[in-house]
Amino acid sequence: MTHILLRNRDIPDIWQFETYTANGGYEALRQAVTEMTPDEVIQVVLDSNLRGRGGAGFPAGRKWSFIPKDAKTKYVVVNADESEPGTFKDRELLEKNPHQVIEGALIAAYAIQASGVYIYCRGEFWDLAHALEERIAEAEAANLAGEDILGSGWSCPVRVHLGAGAYICGEETALLNSLQGLLGQPRVRPPFPAQMGGGLYYQPTVVNNVETLSNVPWIIRNGAEAYRQIGTERSSGPKIFCLSGHAANPGNYELPLGITFRELIFEHGGGVWKEKALKAILPSGASGPILPATDEVLETPLTYEDVAAVGSTLGSASVILLDEDTDIVWAAAKMIHFFKHESCGKCTPCREGTYWLDRIYARLLSGQATPHDLEVLETVPQQMDGLTLCALGQFARSPVWATLEHFREEYEQYVGLREAKAERA
Amino acid sequence: MLAEKYPERIKQIFAKYPDKRSAVMPLLYLAQEEYGWLTEEALREVAGLCDIDPTQARSIAGFYTMFAEKPKGKYWLQVCTDLPCALRGADQFFHELCEYLGVDPEHGGTTDDGLFTVEPVMCLAACDKAPVLQNNFHFHENLNIEHAKQLIEKWRAEAAAEEDKDDEAE
Repeated sequence: MTHILLRNRDIPDIWQFETYTANGGYEALRQAVTEMTPDEVIQVVLDSNLRGRGGAGFPAGRKWSFIPKDAKTKYVVVNADESEPGTFKDRELLEKNPHQVIEGALIAAYAIQASGVYIYCRGEFWDLAHALEERIAEAEAANLAGEDILGSGWSCPVRVHLGAGAYICGEETALLNSLQGLLGQPRVRPPFPAQMGGGLYYQPTVVNNVETLSNVPWIIRNGAEAYRQIGTERSSGPKIFCLSGHAANPGNYELPLGITFRELIFEHGGGVWKEKALKAILPSGASGPILPATDEVLETPLTYEDVAAVGSTLGSASVILLDEDTDIVWAAAKMIHFFKHESCGKCTPCREGTYWLDRIYARLLSGQATPHDLEVLETVPQQMDGLTLCALGQFARSPVWATLEHFREEYEQYVGLREAKAERA
Repeated sequence: MLAEKYPERIKQIFAKYPDKRSAVMPLLYLAQEEYGWLTEEALREVAGLCDIDPTQARSIAGFYTMFAEKPKGKYWLQVCTDLPCALRGADQFFHELCEYLGVDPEHGGTTDDGLFTVEPVMCLAACDKAPVLQNNFHFHENLNIEHAKQLIEKWRAEAAAEEDKDDEAE
């Protein structure tokens, strides 16, 4: 299969400006800027049904169409804060096919007539971010970014901003605060980033994920109809699936949306390591509910709708495999420890809730938990439900309730309930 | 002083943003590069440059894991021990690395000679290449403890060679 996103797999040195342009690179930007109106660009992306690849799956064209046309200052912010455990697709795109990200961002910027693009890279992308600045300079030198792009009179500098290690900055409003030199904590919405008062420097702003924007040049060149031929009707296009954990061949797999878990894991990913049986799947990193590896789950197509129908989320498609020997309580404890560490502390239910959960898991794993701990464990996620400003406090609930729902007996073993029951019997 | 030593770099940083305050993170990185960690004085300097209160600069520094609020070893090693890496042996790797360096195997720490700091960190977005560590923000992937020991010895030798050179210069 030829890749649309991971073109570096077919053309290894596509990170070089000359190679990228020799293979059709920046032709889509040229086409957009010189032959299309901004509204026409938005319409094509709307028609393509490109949905946000950062996790929420919101249609990119609609996001762009929300930007008020009369606003003088507008921004495109590229979310390259990739931090979800199990996600490593944006890293490959930025490292190996960076010009396509820059081109996609510039097309988005043209569509909303932005005055600037900021690429917010997580701090750990240190080396990559510095290389990215060189790629941007190459685009600028060719009049594809910066002043008076392609003689159109439209100017749009592209800049890289480095985070410094905080998962919460992947949340779009926390990211904007971080970029403004404020604490990286989420904002109250509305106003949403696209609205006046809600975006970067409080100006209307489109925030898109790296992978989302990487789709855009292909869509412009090949048209919305061709794009919709890939994937399913409601979940269109290719997707990069990040396979990790107990996968035989962990890595990124670019495949059409709608392939099944079984196809991804066994046909493409080589199955489970050490020829073990598959126990469970985390389809969207630590943020989505765990699924037991039943036949029903394995036959589920990887689309936004179908994964939701079996009780989880597609999210950023960071598929973590857990083999038959995995201790589910331990795995949940790891995820909760992550959320406790990454909670920004702004909303009390999240700050305190993740702390309580982390303590209970520590007691469970050290064999000190009582049956009462298990009761508290169940109530804490309920007390966080719907009571936080951003999704982190909501995502942090699923490692608890979903593992309890599917693997309750493993918890009971940890608190010795089973033995007690057996004794009474 | 940063302002006297790096006027060009500071000018370039400010030129990227319409608001001075946005420069706080890049300037904290610059200060950290210069002083090794974010001393009281460093925070004051950065705050002064972006016209914010030193307390605000400190709160930003404290919010992120890549800003050092205490001195770190010359080689600052951060090992991901999050779930995807842990499923592929990262916890054991971390413990063995700590033992090899003679620091607390649970939480990590700094070696007595001040050469190495080793810490567990959250997801580094390289889960397919676990175990992974960052040395002063540069990645080393697909590690096992034997690889890691070789790296440690290489860095140790590098540091010793640098010291010899400094001695000669003096």
